[in-house]
Amino acid sequence: MSGPESTIAISRRRPGSRGLEPFVFNTLNTIFMIILVIVTLYPFLNTIVVSFNAGNDTIRGGLYLWPRQFTLQNYKAVFVSGTIYNAFLISVARTVLSTLLNIFLTTMLAYALSRRNFVFRKPITTVFVLTMYFNAGLIPGYFLMKDLNLINNFFVYVLPSMISAFNLIVIRTYIYTIPESLVESAKIDGAGDFKIFWRIILPLCKPVLATIALFVAVGAWNSWFDAFLYTSSQQELSTLQYELMKLLSSSMNANSNPSVSNGVGMQNATQVTPISIRAAVTVVASIPILVVYPFMQKYFVVGLNVGSVKE
Amino acid sequence: MEEIAIGAKPVKQADPKKKRRDKRVTWAIIKDQRQLIYMSVPLLAYIVLFAYVPIWGWSMAFQDYKPARSFGEQTWVGFKHFKFLFTDDNFLRVLRNTLAMSMINLIFGFVTAIILALLLNEIKKIFWKRAVQTISYLPHFLSWIIVTGIVATSLASDGIVNEMLMKLHLVDKPILWLSEGKYFWGVVGASHVWKEVGWNTIIYLAAIASIDPALYEAADIDGANRYQKMWSVTLPGIKPTIVILLIMSIGHILEAGFEVQYLLGNGLVVDWSETIDIFVLKYGIAQSNYSLATAGGIFKTVVSITMLLLANWTAKRLGEERLL
Repeated sequence: MSGPESTIAISRRRPGSRGLEPFVFNTLNTIFMIILVIVTLYPFLNTIVVSFNAGNDTIRGGLYLWPRQFTLQNYKAVFVSGTIYNAFLISVARTVLSTLLNIFLTTMLAYALSRRNFVFRKPITTVFVLTMYFNAGLIPGYFLMKDLNLINNFFVYVLPSMISAFNLIVIRTYIYTIPESLVESAKIDGAGDFKIFWRIILPLCKPVLATIALFVAVGAWNSWFDAFLYTSSQQELSTLQYELMKLLSSSMNANSNPSVSNGVGMQNATQVTPISIRAAVTVVASIPILVVYPFMQKYFVVGLNVGSVKE
Repeated sequence: MEEIAIGAKPVKQADPKKKRRDKRVTWAIIKDQRQLIYMSVPLLAYIVLFAYVPIWGWSMAFQDYKPARSFGEQTWVGFKHFKFLFTDDNFLRVLRNTLAMSMINLIFGFVTAIILALLLNEIKKIFWKRAVQTISYLPHFLSWIIVTGIVATSLASDGIVNEMLMKLHLVDKPILWLSEGKYFWGVVGASHVWKEVGWNTIIYLAAIASIDPALYEAADIDGANRYQKMWSVTLPGIKPTIVILLIMSIGHILEAGFEVQYLLGNGLVVDWSETIDIFVLKYGIAQSNYSLATAGGIFKTVVSITMLLLANWTAKRLGEERLL
């Protein structure tokens, strides 16, 4: 990973980096980057502002970077409703369980496939890689879930997404970088493959596993389609993102039809509107990601680059 | 004995001819490698069940499938449903939408990511570069639900985009971005760029970082300016990466996405927003026309694989990097 730094160090010494042209370029480039940062961050800031602003006041518009009438009413309304609270717990449970299972099983397989003398290495790899481009599709998939009794079952969130071929290849590629002699010496000491996997490979894979865990966790946390498709008739199994999706579609319809918007979502609290509720749920749904993200960032760039290396 | 055999194999590895001889599967090897086999079995069984067994369901596309009947009792109708698809105006429109949005995403996505990577590469202050990167990756980790919520808010008649356009006097009344079909593809393309552009640059930045610095020095000595270096050193340097990513994307040409279109679409723009995936969902789940929906799904998979093989073959012919 010394690549970017060394390129930059050299570019500093480039003869052509003085004079008017580089100055103009650098200024324009900086302005462009500032615009990029604003365009990326502003919508979040605005959503956070809306979530802390009194609902009735938000309708007047003109909210930019700071709440005009600060209130916690929207968040109270979100957490008072048992639906969102329950959905939050379901989302956490599925994310944790999916991530642990996925990481453990994928790494175990990746270890087996990284043993170059393993006789079934090629055929097994092919079976998994094909799934990157190939799937039976929605309807056969739906019937499979039905046959497996997974409709309206919590495990429909965990079981269908236990592995991704991409993650498998990333982890396997990473294991290749672990010196073979470590495994060999453990073999000579009489360790079996299970022991080597558990004691040597798994601890050494921490950086790449952090990356993959982030991908898997984000995927599990963000998915709503499975809830929509398989558990929509079972309110207790609803996930946070699916609840957000329902809020979004109801408030979008309210937007396109102003006469309705006055009645929606204001059963008891006068200050709360569909738009402010939606903002609050959006914030709640993105907080876990915003919290984990800075810690994981240093890993995923490495992880992604490892994954891009061809065999 | 066994330990020695295992220890000796990586040495054999070095010689490709001997490696091939190793491929013979004997009971002794299976016994020797049984732990590796045990480690592979759970996920292998899993993937066969979840990815390969459902392919059996493709038979539905060639039947007039009725859920109440057993497999033997279904009526086989051959290619009836496929024929229907290709003469059905709905499906053709959905196909057009899918291809259009997919092409827009592909072209927009590649061009913006490459340009951003080139510009980021020109930033010399490492702290500032890292900061911009960190921020630009962020939307990748948010769900489409959140992103479409943000897009819908920003594009509303009183949203920030219309407000800006009005203040700059580019328009005199708000544009209804999400209620007019002609804007829909553009909105979807822009949303994709917003969400993924930073993320897509990671791989190009890594590729740029691995270009031999001596090439830049040589270009300097030849008197190349910044743009000439970008054009003649950096771009050729990342060309293999671009080709590989293009091949991978072309395999997904019929996967314009489902979530964005489903979440942003509404009754007013339905003619422009529905993709094959939405079509499958609508016919399959909502109307229980399983056979037709399955036929649509099969079409998508077959096209994906054909396109992937075609792109890979083309890349091979052009002497470029390839995937398979």
